[in-house]
Amino acid sequence: MEMSLSWGGEKMAKREVDDRFRKFGTVSFTAITKTNDFISYLEKGKVMGTKCKDCGAAYFPPRSDCSKCLQSNMEWFEVSGTGRLLSFSELKYGPVGFEEDLPYTIALLDYGDYKVFGRISKDIAYGDLDVGMELKTEFTTLPNGQLSYVFKRP
Amino acid sequence: MGKVGIIGVGQSNFVRGYAGSIRELAFEGFKEAIEDARIQTKDIDASIVASAPEYDKQRSPAGVIAEYLGLVPQPTFYIESICSSSSMALRVAYSMIKSDLHDVIAIIGFQKMSEISSSESQERMGRGADIQWESPFGTMMPAYYAMYARAHMAKYGTTGEDLAKIRVKAATYGQINDKAVYRKPVTMEMFTDPESNMSATVAKPLRVGDCCANADGSSCIIVANEEKAKAMCDKPVWILGLGAASEAVNMAGRDLLTGLNVAIEAGKEAYKMAGIAPKDIDVAEVHDCFTIAEVMAYENLGFAKPGEGKDLIASKETYKEGGIPVNVDGGLLSKGHPIGATGGSQIRTIVLQLRGEAGEMQVEDPDVGLVHNIGGVGLYGNVTILGR
Repeated sequence: MEMSLSWGGEKMAKREVDDRFRKFGTVSFTAITKTNDFISYLEKGKVMGTKCKDCGAAYFPPRSDCSKCLQSNMEWFEVSGTGRLLSFSELKYGPVGFEEDLPYTIALLDYGDYKVFGRISKDIAYGDLDVGMELKTEFTTLPNGQLSYVFKRP
Repeated sequence: MGKVGIIGVGQSNFVRGYAGSIRELAFEGFKEAIEDARIQTKDIDASIVASAPEYDKQRSPAGVIAEYLGLVPQPTFYIESICSSSSMALRVAYSMIKSDLHDVIAIIGFQKMSEISSSESQERMGRGADIQWESPFGTMMPAYYAMYARAHMAKYGTTGEDLAKIRVKAATYGQINDKAVYRKPVTMEMFTDPESNMSATVAKPLRVGDCCANADGSSCIIVANEEKAKAMCDKPVWILGLGAASEAVNMAGRDLLTGLNVAIEAGKEAYKMAGIAPKDIDVAEVHDCFTIAEVMAYENLGFAKPGEGKDLIASKETYKEGGIPVNVDGGLLSKGHPIGATGGSQIRTIVLQLRGEAGEMQVEDPDVGLVHNIGGVGLYGNVTILGR
């Protein structure tokens, strides 16, 4: 996307804005982040976190900077295998912009070194969910064309 | 360096759709605190204003409110930690008095949540969490606390019935608090009656009855150094302990899902500073934005062991006549939760209790009280211990 700014009638140079993150989730509340490659990986069907090349700390959600050693040498890793369901809740009311998704279930999976927050896939009935069950994280395209991921049966 | 005392407390009625502006709302709590302290506006040498800014149309409300209250040219500024803003402001006021920078400070908490529509309000509540990585999934405050409730139920066997008991207790006292927004009785039967609004699901397993209501309101706490407090006030209430803590905003960054780590950390700091233990607390105000929050508060503050919060409410030990009365003013569940005003309202309740002036809500002869005030979903936590 291109953006042009004008100030006092004087046209400023157009610049490229990397706003890939606006594609994340039903409604994205931010567009610009150094972790924008997360979206490009999602487009390839991969859900990725970051790992610090200097101290080995693993982050999900991904970070550009390591809070453990304060270095910014990150590499991407794929969220793979299954995580243990720590908790979940089905919403009957949603924020503005999420009305058409209702009802939906948010949840947290524990992968050991990191945790993943997201939504449970609609193909799992709420009554079949149990704290402690194993689920996997999978890329999904939302009905409105936005990109996201969901938790599914392995 | 001497103690810091609370010499005046005030609170507006907590209402739906306040018919006035934010400065007029702030005036109500302030006036009551000034009259309570029996001092004049000129005796206050600084003010701190606390609210959650996303509800305000006014940019930088501190100056606007200070001028309206006659608190210029004294310094004023703004403190924000969402729902614990006014407790955080008390912490800052304490340090400013201890450092001898000021002698008497007014902490003015307010929120006019009805400045924006209910759906806009819900959208903003979701943005109290991680807007980059969690809000795109459609999160809301009740759903986050519902996740804590689910985890607590799975680990400890806590039930919806246990949670309903918290609301029934809150309503018991909300009915006798003339400042509360919700003054009707609530029964256990309502939670199983499909005809009752209380039983309607908000975010499983939480129902309408498990959630506090938005409200408009203001509060004011006036604090002074020891010398001034003794000179100005017959019954100063002393700040004995202050604790504060923070936590990862993202649920994925948290290790504990059956309690709030900020409450545990802030509680430890406050108990240590006061030199007392949980058993020494005679009356408490805890941040019951949702029923599960009160159960976790019992456990995180050491009133009950982890998992035994449900037993404490079942035995009615947290009722007025029990061993550790909690939220005997109706709590957030019945009073309503005007975000920036809530901490000040909790502090006011404990001050009135310690002065023996809580009327029908008075517990028997308390010496030490505690306030537990949480910002966001355990993003910030403040614990304040007060004594006679």
